[in-house]
Amino acid sequence: MSADHAHALPAGVRPPTYHHFEDLAQQEESEKLGMWAFLITEVMFFGALFTAYTVYRNLYPEAFMDASSKLNWKLGAVNTLVLIVSSLTMALAIRAAQTGKYSQVIWQTVATMIFGATFLVVKYFEYMHKYHDGLMPGPTLFFTDVFGEHTPQARIFFSIYFAMTGLHAFHMVVGLGILTWVLIKARKRYFTPDRYLALENVGLYWHFVDLVWIFLFPMLYLLGAHYGLGH
Amino acid sequence: MTGSTDMGSMATTTGHAAAEAPRETYLTNGYGWKSWFLTVDHKRIAILYLISVTFFFLIGGLFAVLMRLELATPRADVVDAETYNRLFTMHGVVMIFFFLVPSIPAVLGNFLVPIMIGARDLAFPKINLLSWYIYVVGGIFTLIVAVSGGVDTGWTFYTPYSSTYSNSQVALTAVGVFITGFSSILTGLNFIVTIHKMRAPGLTWFRLPLFIWAQYATALIMVLGTPVLATTIFLVALERIFRIGIFDPTIGGDPVLFQHLFWFYSHPAVYIMILPGMGVISEVISAFSKKRVFGYSFVAFSSLAIAILGFMVWGHHMFTTGQSVYASMVFSVLTMLVAVPSAVKVFNWAATLYKGSIELTTPMLYALAFMGLFTIGGLTGVFLGIMAVDRHLHDTYFVVAHFHYVMVGSMVMAFLCGVHFWWPKMFGRMYPEFLGRFAAIIVFVGFNLTFLPQFVVGFQGMPRRYHVYPEEFGVMNLLSSAGASILGAGYILPMFYLAWSLKWGKKVGPNPWEAKGLEWQIESPPITHNFHGPVRVTEEAYAYGEEPTHGHATNTHGQKEATSVR
Repeated sequence: MSADHAHALPAGVRPPTYHHFEDLAQQEESEKLGMWAFLITEVMFFGALFTAYTVYRNLYPEAFMDASSKLNWKLGAVNTLVLIVSSLTMALAIRAAQTGKYSQVIWQTVATMIFGATFLVVKYFEYMHKYHDGLMPGPTLFFTDVFGEHTPQARIFFSIYFAMTGLHAFHMVVGLGILTWVLIKARKRYFTPDRYLALENVGLYWHFVDLVWIFLFPMLYLLGAHYGLGH
Repeated sequence: MTGSTDMGSMATTTGHAAAEAPRETYLTNGYGWKSWFLTVDHKRIAILYLISVTFFFLIGGLFAVLMRLELATPRADVVDAETYNRLFTMHGVVMIFFFLVPSIPAVLGNFLVPIMIGARDLAFPKINLLSWYIYVVGGIFTLIVAVSGGVDTGWTFYTPYSSTYSNSQVALTAVGVFITGFSSILTGLNFIVTIHKMRAPGLTWFRLPLFIWAQYATALIMVLGTPVLATTIFLVALERIFRIGIFDPTIGGDPVLFQHLFWFYSHPAVYIMILPGMGVISEVISAFSKKRVFGYSFVAFSSLAIAILGFMVWGHHMFTTGQSVYASMVFSVLTMLVAVPSAVKVFNWAATLYKGSIELTTPMLYALAFMGLFTIGGLTGVFLGIMAVDRHLHDTYFVVAHFHYVMVGSMVMAFLCGVHFWWPKMFGRMYPEFLGRFAAIIVFVGFNLTFLPQFVVGFQGMPRRYHVYPEEFGVMNLLSSAGASILGAGYILPMFYLAWSLKWGKKVGPNPWEAKGLEWQIESPPITHNFHGPVRVTEEAYAYGEEPTHGHATNTHGQKEATSVR
């Protein structure tokens, strides 16, 4: 079979990596479309949580403001900045691959990973803080009643907060895992000016996760910011 | 559709020589367990899926048998209420998530989508294999649930019962369903990319077989809907394990929000289950009428219309929850709109039959049964979509009968129809035709005897999900249980004769049905790479030539095409 479709490739054109594609263009188009379709599933995945957020915020606007004021918006802002910069370094890594600057690919990837890890470390301290303040809903820990009559609804706010940021943080961890793969491949000069699609797809994922946070930050942290800094 | 392949005379000669020697097919290309469990061949993965969905169909069927046994008499004499709750839940979970959703897409779709579009494989073969493994892992979770006491929430997992009060294995089941969802997402993603990017030269969208259109519409729903179910189930698990309170009304959580999120997936999921079946029926009706499907583009677009409208009707499951009356009115109207594309399909199939040269083979019998039963199932759905009628019928056996007419009467019929139709292509051997027709009739009779009485008792007010009932519903329930035993026999029969035919069935050539379509122009069973050379398609789908009243002239034409390909 292999003779059938290795036919008539012009000189200098690379054959597709996998046998079932006719040519590299078909393979790359497929991979690109596959990535976008995957991102659509991700949008729907987070979409259900955004729906839940919208419903409860409309039902209990005051409780949401109260509860939101207990989040540290300054740390949230720092993390927003960290993620935006990590998206920049991610884009620069792809650019470096396109222009054949192999060491740049490695360093920009490392930088992206460092920013991603920074985000998670900050998130970890935020979570710990919430845990010690009794703001983390759990089976045995009941929620602190600092919110007075809003306490039950504030619990819902924090449930959504942990579900959404937790799911987002999980995507960050997966992203760091994929970037580790990128790093290994980049060290072997796998990404070249005519083979960078995989890296570009990793970039799409990373930007998507970043974009989710861009929505989460104002929705969760800034509702009660006018109350002053909580902790 | 008739395609012609661009093979040189050399290749054709090789093809003929190979036909005399034992030919290498996708089935003989490797025998060890690794050649199956690590395969990336879409046809082998389809066979893996065929075996696993059949296994889960038997498990789900076993639960149904126990339920019908209990319901044969008005008293509780086989199981108690608790056990009965677990039986119907497990029946629903297994049949929906582990049989109906993957059945046609993952078995027939996997096998046929690349072949029908003239490709060597799906776009992402490894992801295809991964989807099977994910399905198996999800299935193992569900089996663990079954042996460790089961789950009693109903397959709908309604909160706050599922999240707070149930004492059964809700969290484990949730994990199983959550995992299996990803298998469905990956299959859908693979189909979308494959159908967009892998079509052979000349195979434009409007030359595609309608089976492909149906798979495409299904894949859209899988990709857009399933993630929402995943999140919803994830929230139920969080609620159950960490008591986060999101669906807990005692602290202001909204249990109806769960129903919105759940049905946002689960109503479109009904179309995940039925659309691929409609694709099968289009192929079979055309092949055994020897006519082009009437109104091809209407049938093609009706699949997309069903997929799109399917996302806008979920609220009709919640007419009785206190949802806004105005929302209910909108949902009710949209629900009735779904009947339009569904009717387009049924009418167009009927028009295809008109003046066709009809052969009543086994697949055709199933296809005709599908048309009748789907009409009943679909129209009773319109009853339920009317708000006032639904007040009376909500949560009665009328609903049970309605969705079994669609899920079993239509979808399982379509699955059996497709399995019989493409069986010679998959294994190169024919099933015994007489037994096939016999089983098809048994299934049809058994099915109607099981579910027709349920419309009656439902209308009389018998609620679903109870293991005991008043004496007056006794006769109808006994009929239903009797029908179920006939239906069961009808399902067991094909398992035996299909397995028998693997070894002893009559060997067939590439095109035993003299049907059109790329899959009938390659060998049975196909080689690993499906086609010997590049494929170029020059004609529309179902090119059966002139009027079929001209006898077999068109068939000769078809054979001539097939010969030139080999």
